[in-house]
Amino acid sequence: MSQVAWIIPAFPFVAFVLIAFGARRSPRLSGRLTIAGVLAAFVASILVLRETAAGNAVDQTLPWLRIGSEMTLPLGFQVDPLTAIMLIVVTSVSLLVQIYSTAYMHGEPGYARYYAVMALFTTAMLGVVLANNLLTIYMFWELVGLCSYLLVGHWHERPEAATAAKKAFLVTRVGDFGFLLGILLLFNATGTLKFTDIASMAASGRLAEAPLTVGILLVFCGAVGKSAQFPLHVWLPDAMEGPTPVSALIHAATMVAAGVYLMARTFPILEHSTTALAVVAAVGGFTAFFAATMGLVSSDIKRVLAYSTVSQLGYMMLAIGAGAMGAGMVHLFNHAFFKALLFLGAGSVIHLVHTNNMFEMGGLRHWRPLTFLAMTVAGASLAGIFPLSGFWSKDEVLLAVLNADWMNGTLRAALLVLALVTVLMTAFYIFRLIFLTFSGANRGHVDAHVPESSAMTAPLLILLVPSIASGLLGAPMIGNPLGTFFDSSFPQMHSPHMEFQPALALLSVALAIAGIIIAWAMYGRGKLTAGAAMTSLLHRRFLRALGRAWRGAQSRPRSGLL
Amino acid sequence: MDLVLNLAIWLPLAAAVPIAVLPGNGRRPRWIALAASGAVLLLSLVLAVNFQRAGVAGLQFGTHIPWIDLMGVSYSVGLDGLSLPMFLLNSLLVFLAVLISWNESRRTREYFALVLVLETAVAGVFAAQDFLLFFLFWELELAPMFLLIGIWGGARREYAAMKFILYTVAGSAFMLLGILMLYFAAPAPRSFSMLYLAAQQYAPAVQSLAWLLLFLGFAVKVPIFPFHTWLPDAHTEAPTAISVLLAGVLLKMGAYGLLRVNVGMLPEATQQAASTLAALAVINIVYGAFVAMMQTDLKRVIANSSISHMGYAVLGAAALTPAGIEGAVFQMFTHGTITGLLFMMVGLVYDRTHTRDIRVLGGLARRMPFIAVVFIIAGLASLGLPGLSGFVSEFLIFVGAFPVWQPATILAIATIVLTAGYILWLIERVFFGPERPDWQGLRDASRLEAVTVSLLVLVIVLVGVLPSVLADIVIPGVAPLAARYSG
Repeated sequence: MSQVAWIIPAFPFVAFVLIAFGARRSPRLSGRLTIAGVLAAFVASILVLRETAAGNAVDQTLPWLRIGSEMTLPLGFQVDPLTAIMLIVVTSVSLLVQIYSTAYMHGEPGYARYYAVMALFTTAMLGVVLANNLLTIYMFWELVGLCSYLLVGHWHERPEAATAAKKAFLVTRVGDFGFLLGILLLFNATGTLKFTDIASMAASGRLAEAPLTVGILLVFCGAVGKSAQFPLHVWLPDAMEGPTPVSALIHAATMVAAGVYLMARTFPILEHSTTALAVVAAVGGFTAFFAATMGLVSSDIKRVLAYSTVSQLGYMMLAIGAGAMGAGMVHLFNHAFFKALLFLGAGSVIHLVHTNNMFEMGGLRHWRPLTFLAMTVAGASLAGIFPLSGFWSKDEVLLAVLNADWMNGTLRAALLVLALVTVLMTAFYIFRLIFLTFSGANRGHVDAHVPESSAMTAPLLILLVPSIASGLLGAPMIGNPLGTFFDSSFPQMHSPHMEFQPALALLSVALAIAGIIIAWAMYGRGKLTAGAAMTSLLHRRFLRALGRAWRGAQSRPRSGLL
Repeated sequence: MDLVLNLAIWLPLAAAVPIAVLPGNGRRPRWIALAASGAVLLLSLVLAVNFQRAGVAGLQFGTHIPWIDLMGVSYSVGLDGLSLPMFLLNSLLVFLAVLISWNESRRTREYFALVLVLETAVAGVFAAQDFLLFFLFWELELAPMFLLIGIWGGARREYAAMKFILYTVAGSAFMLLGILMLYFAAPAPRSFSMLYLAAQQYAPAVQSLAWLLLFLGFAVKVPIFPFHTWLPDAHTEAPTAISVLLAGVLLKMGAYGLLRVNVGMLPEATQQAASTLAALAVINIVYGAFVAMMQTDLKRVIANSSISHMGYAVLGAAALTPAGIEGAVFQMFTHGTITGLLFMMVGLVYDRTHTRDIRVLGGLARRMPFIAVVFIIAGLASLGLPGLSGFVSEFLIFVGAFPVWQPATILAIATIVLTAGYILWLIERVFFGPERPDWQGLRDASRLEAVTVSLLVLVIVLVGVLPSVLADIVIPGVAPLAARYSG
């Protein structure tokens, strides 16, 4: 199967073509085609993973375009542990989201178009994951961006959606300017586009330090755009104008993680420049902190989750910058599931109350008990509560920073403090979300006759399993099998030895619990009215000031070029 | 095969005669035009299929007949990897232009006859291997274009047509001087053969001056800043099909001349001028993009984006590397198809809404989903989305120019963000947002319109996904040019 792994993206692509050229007249059929295509891709991905786990690796390149008589631009794919796991993440989350969408998008006029683009997105995302060289990954990377544009702007008659779609594309394209320049620089310096070739030149010193550092940092610009890292994070909250299942798949689990994946894929190049590593770590660490502060004050349920995603992606970048590629990828893996769950849960809530404003919700546990249960567990996982999945990978991220002894001491200490403060804030904002949404009495309007559809709850419950347990794959007690598997993608790589630190784990869990308690005190206790939430002391003193500072975080996209 | 080439050049002109002579302005002209341009398209495809891709780097399908022996003028035509793509582009776009003009009702005899004369002229420019013949074809193109803009154009058509003709004639005058300079500077026997003139060594001063004169002629056509000001007016006032041809093939004559004549025949002078050329290219790229962003008229956005995109072709040429020149030829071809498609789509929108004012438009996607989708595809191709042809040419140009003109290339790459900006902003303002009440009765593309634009989409996707289709033709044409600059 691995030998023909290119067929995995071909499955959803066939679905896209069939919908675009005919099936679109029947919305039902369109939805089923996409689900079938993604399902086939998922099954094939499992087969590929089995072969990869048995030690098979594949790397194939085809000539795509000749330049003169000497040069050829290649297209190619590889299958290694990194790719194999990402294939599973992409196809499994995509499959659940497509099933969920049959209920969420039911009766929408653009139903067939939605499924066509979703199929194309899955194709492009799988292409990113399979690509074995810079040109191939860039091509699929841009196609992923296109699909994001089309899906954010799905409700194109709403000006906010159209503007947000354009903003998403343009801001990521600013990053892609750097990415493309980085590709050219590395190609010019090495004469090859292939990841492994560039990496071996970096290892042997044939790729000099200066072009390596500049080149890989330019590539990182692309990752900053796609993964919404500071200062290109501005598009992601606005992208929440898209349908919620889109947010779950593209703007939480897969596309935004592509930037992190890119840095993992190019890690064998990146690791030869401590400057570049430190920049990646600093951008990631700062983003994790900064986005979390914005999550504290937003009243829009999807925006809180969007800031949370930005923040968590920052953690992943921080781990990679700290030299622990495996830790970053394990967090990506865990995050994909619990964040997809949180988004799908938010979608189910929005379906019920027809608003994104959490201050108009409250008490929804009575109408959506399963959603409440699932989101609470996923929220605890995000907060890093032992022994849920988020705990294990967040702990690995913190350990990675602690162990990055090559890094400037001040920077390392600052990053560690930022990461720990972020733990507190993460727990606070996610439980603020849960309390505002589900506890107390309802403060708005509930569309009570909307039943809890099984197409929507089943994916939530399925995602609950990895949200609870996937972290065990990264547990140090059993030797962190997932992280080790990721690391085995690059046998030459220097992977840091990380010892489990009970004190650090205890501290982070204590911070998380503290965050939950504060959220409870402010939003969960008693009967909260919109007014009461606003008058709490902490809110007045601190959050209001923050809210003023982050007014941009609250406002919806305006028209204009940007 | 040489017969096929001659037929493909002259058939349109021959078909123009019965259109013009036979009385009546009914449906006959358009059917004759369709048959002739369709036949030419088929003939060009036959040529492309029979084109030797491997090994042979030289001219193919050549005809060489002495014409004015005394002056060394001959009727000499042929195609190589540089000209065949342009030749194909011309026949494709003229065919589609006839289809898109199907409902033209004003003076159809003259209209279709002039379009066909234009086809012969442009085909001749790309096929000519004799410098005087080249010039004659070049001049033959002016009259029909002048008339097509001046008679069938928009409100300010006379002004635009006059501006177009003045700029181009001035350019032609310089070009003729340049041609004659080379002709007299070359050793006996006197000959206008481009192959012969290219093989000669000229004194540095002669070479530089001739280079400049020829460059002025071509720069007006490309157009290269600061000779570009005729273009937005001409494009805006011309009827849809003529805008398609203007942007699609006429601008390519300039870039083609630059490659064939300046780069191909005067290597030392080209090398000296290369840095200036790269600088001008970047001005085109950046300036065109900024101006495009400021426009409120749909056509002016596309027209100014042409200035920007042709700058990429010039940048590739200025690199003088195999990748750069290959990219330039790619860009000429892809820009022809993409911008041609964009102008067609603008035409379709205008037909329905009777306005091109972006501030007034909006929400069209609901009533015209097909037009919206194709417009978006064209826009994405224009902003260089991978999988569509524009990306291939831009990437080749960047690969070719980056090692040579680094700051210029970086600016050129940065402009892709601007391009995405004005294209997506345009799409948003025209197609997205709430629908206006007046749009209720508008209809989507007719079947004929849909087929016409789909053909171009097909070409854009084909070259974007399988660029070797084009590269296999272009590479043998680029190799001898690039060889003059290696080492």
